[in-house]
Amino acid sequence: MTAADWSAIVLTAELAAVSTLLLLLLGTPIAWWLARTRSRLKPVWASLVAMPLVLPPTVLGFYLLVLMGPLGPVGQLTQSLGVGRLPFTFAGLVVASVLYSMPFVVQPLQQAFEAIGERVLEAAATLRAGAWDRFFTVALPLARPGLLTASVLGFAHTVGEFGVVLMIGGNIPGTTRVLSVAIYDHVEASEFADAHRLAAFMVAFALLVLVTLYVLNRPARDDPGTAR
Amino acid sequence: MIDAQLRLARGDFSLHVALALPESGISALFGPSGCGKTTVLRALAGLERAAGRVALGSEVWQDDASGRFVATHRRALGYVVQEAVLFPHLDVRRNLDYGRRRIAPAKRRIALDQVVDLLGIGHLLARRTATLSGGERQRVAIARALATSPRLLLMDEPLAALDAQRKAELLPYLERVHEELAIPIVYVSHAIDEVARLADHLVLMRAGRVTAEGPLADMLARLDLPLPLAEDAGVVFEGVVGERDAQWQLARLDVGAGSEGCSLWARDHGLALGRRVRLRVLARDVSITLAPQSGTSIGNQLRATVEAIAGDAHPALALVRVRVGSAPLVARLTRRSAHALELAPGMAVWAQVKTVALME
Repeated sequence: MTAADWSAIVLTAELAAVSTLLLLLLGTPIAWWLARTRSRLKPVWASLVAMPLVLPPTVLGFYLLVLMGPLGPVGQLTQSLGVGRLPFTFAGLVVASVLYSMPFVVQPLQQAFEAIGERVLEAAATLRAGAWDRFFTVALPLARPGLLTASVLGFAHTVGEFGVVLMIGGNIPGTTRVLSVAIYDHVEASEFADAHRLAAFMVAFALLVLVTLYVLNRPARDDPGTAR
Repeated sequence: MIDAQLRLARGDFSLHVALALPESGISALFGPSGCGKTTVLRALAGLERAAGRVALGSEVWQDDASGRFVATHRRALGYVVQEAVLFPHLDVRRNLDYGRRRIAPAKRRIALDQVVDLLGIGHLLARRTATLSGGERQRVAIARALATSPRLLLMDEPLAALDAQRKAELLPYLERVHEELAIPIVYVSHAIDEVARLADHLVLMRAGRVTAEGPLADMLARLDLPLPLAEDAGVVFEGVVGERDAQWQLARLDVGAGSEGCSLWARDHGLALGRRVRLRVLARDVSITLAPQSGTSIGNQLRATVEAIAGDAHPALALVRVRVGSAPLVARLTRRSAHALELAPGMAVWAQVKTVALME
């Protein structure tokens, strides 16, 4: 593999790691809220989170570009804060990835939180645990499989994205040139052997990730003698 | 005193109760499904928001007049529900510790060892909760609640999910909790046998209202209550083991003292002399005669005075309350028999109770 390929792989890993961390930090409270709210607006918020599932990545990328561009509101804000413009930077990629992968993190977490049910949280409340305490000592540990699924899907989905990256990040080696873009470049340049190497790497990676996920999330075997 | 004034409307159901329960012993909320007894319990715990007021002695947990509402986790209570809700990600020991760790050491009045002993769960501490039987789960749930040294224990049909045998296994543990810890318990149930065995105070509920309340023995002896007990109508009273007859394996139980007292023979269950026991006498096991009988197999004949006569659920039957010393007894007779004996309030009669019929 060439140095450029390695640089793309490292950049991709960095992007996915940072995005996953942010996704978990932002997605967990969103999922918790969606799992427990009785608000009539719940379907609206759930739909907004799920939008990236149905929108073409280029649509999301296009609007992000407009928003974060020099004339967009987000762009003007970042410029006035002295952060500069986000498009075609690593930070811009992170923002786009987080938005784009959000449903892959929120949905498994939301399902996990919903599966916990009210009763075990009420039991914790009658045992003197306040709301934060209940969340960290009961809800999060019980949502562990969902948390794992969310992390893996968030990471893997960020690794695999292409359209949004190309719209927001372009193709700057070492800054925004991630794996999927590198493969595209190789193919455009008819470097099929190079493309094949990276593509095979991606296939192996995806398979490994999914197998790991399914192994870790296997339901624990019931102990013999479980009487109920 | 446990003071609860609660109002709540939800669809077709409305709850409107004012309760003043004693701050000791077991108060049972008894009534058919859907009468609102669980809602009352949840409102006491702060899990359900009803309008009104909840206070335990001088400690006010909810007072809408002053806008006070103490969150569930700040109320010194224990809560046990029908299907023991244990934390599946913690083993038994850490389940027990969950609530206890959250109590300041100075406020821990009940030692963990004590509750572990009391509920006989010492051998389960290292087990995962998924491996416990229904009865074991419930004992762990009760111990976990007690380990927080609650000032009030709320129990929502803790035996209802268990089969008869497990229920019989768990009942003695509940009696021990009742006897050994001075924690008032509010106990929701729709099973009169549990109530008769455990409760000291009885609250009857129906369709979101309290229909009657009072000390258990008085309540069970009342003839005017629409108790949904049918076959199980009967009274309870407390007695002391006064004598044990080794030859016939019988025990004499003394109820009351002096001229007010009476004695009954029952099966000897190996209880020590002087031990207090609760007797339950079902109305269908009591018969009335005008004179003491000889040549009868019935082991207990007690001098009694007729107090009241009332119709029973079936038009052929009557319930007759007689007083034996200080203890009331209810007999279920046919109306024809009551008529033939010309029973009337104030009349001196003999009440007969089969020895085998006494339930402890």
